[in-house]
Amino acid sequence: MAGLRAILSAALAASLAGAMPGLAEGGAGSPAYGIVKDAIPVSLTGAAGNAARGRMLVLDRRVGLCLLCHSGPFPEERFQGTIGPDLSGIGARLSEGQIRLRIVEPARINTATIMPAYFRTEGLTRVAAAFRGKPILSAQQIEDIVAFLTGLRDESR
Amino acid sequence: MSAGSRARAVAWIFFAATQTVAGAEIPLEERRSGYEFMSRDTRAMQDDDATNPGVFWVLDGEALWNRKAGAAGTACADCHGNARVSMKGVAARYPAWDAARRRPVNLEQRINMCRTERQKAAPLEHENRDLLALTAYVAHQSRGMPITIAPDKRTEPFLNAGRATFMRRQGQLNLACAQCHDERWGKKLAGTTIPQGHPTGYPLYRLEWQSLGSLQRRLRNCMIGIRAEPYPYGAMEFVELELYLMWRARGMKLETPAVRP
Repeated sequence: MAGLRAILSAALAASLAGAMPGLAEGGAGSPAYGIVKDAIPVSLTGAAGNAARGRMLVLDRRVGLCLLCHSGPFPEERFQGTIGPDLSGIGARLSEGQIRLRIVEPARINTATIMPAYFRTEGLTRVAAAFRGKPILSAQQIEDIVAFLTGLRDESR
Repeated sequence: MSAGSRARAVAWIFFAATQTVAGAEIPLEERRSGYEFMSRDTRAMQDDDATNPGVFWVLDGEALWNRKAGAAGTACADCHGNARVSMKGVAARYPAWDAARRRPVNLEQRINMCRTERQKAAPLEHENRDLLALTAYVAHQSRGMPITIAPDKRTEPFLNAGRATFMRRQGQLNLACAQCHDERWGKKLAGTTIPQGHPTGYPLYRLEWQSLGSLQRRLRNCMIGIRAEPYPYGAMEFVELELYLMWRARGMKLETPAVRP
């Protein structure tokens, strides 16, 4: 009985290790990133992003796409989405690493999320030719957005 | 297991787990036409035949219905008579089973089959103005009638394939139709309220297009939006999806020609 339990727990540990690796592969040729609990603590580029560029990306509906689904503290922007949570104060609620994981692999936080994995290139279906093999955003663009969102600390809009 | 092969195995598990969505279908009594999500102005534009731009296509379709075409020199009316009688309720049953092809065909395909087989005329291209006009004229004869798609043993596999397509995540944004139109209708995508995606008014006049367009054109728009490779016009996947969407909207009233933002 003890032997069976040991086998079962070893199998469980193996399957958990398989399902939750410490290292995940990014896009083709892009660096792997490390997930620690609910965060990717280390920058995808090895350097801090540029918050001003990040703000432009967040507001750009054809690049960052963020405002299609999210609202945020951008009173000058019309037509913001209500599908995802409001981005106001996200830097006060989440750490930099938690924000990074939510952009790179949001399904790690919520398996039912509609949010795309912004750094994913594999396991997708019928991707249009112009986008095939490419992540939605580059490592640099993601770091710029992480830098900007980390600074959004005011919960009021 | 090497790191590489483990990562591949993990990627596969992730792939298998995320390619379809659970798909809780909207309860029948909670279904709403896209009409109900529109502004008062756009609804008024649809409601009044004097302001509904789709009516131009319906009138053109009526003229085409009565005009002789093709090597056979026959008009639709020569076989089908008065469309107000003979076409009443027809669009509410499409896509419908075609015994010769052993698959469902949509209304545009049926019109083109009549053209090539009966009128001995060249088929009309998808989104061709005459094809839209004839389709709108035929579908208009069912305005106000409930959609009556009743799957049987022959059509069920195609309907199920359409449902699977509706639930399948696709494109770089990895989104399934169901994630927006079953699970998040009523929420705002940018400034636009997400509708439930019922094809009750096709072909319809879309203000964004400044034209009448088919359901397949609308479906291609969504696929391009999620950065997926759209199916070609007339693809089996589209007819299956049309069949599923019409079944999903069963009992709802046809509005052709509808107006949408």
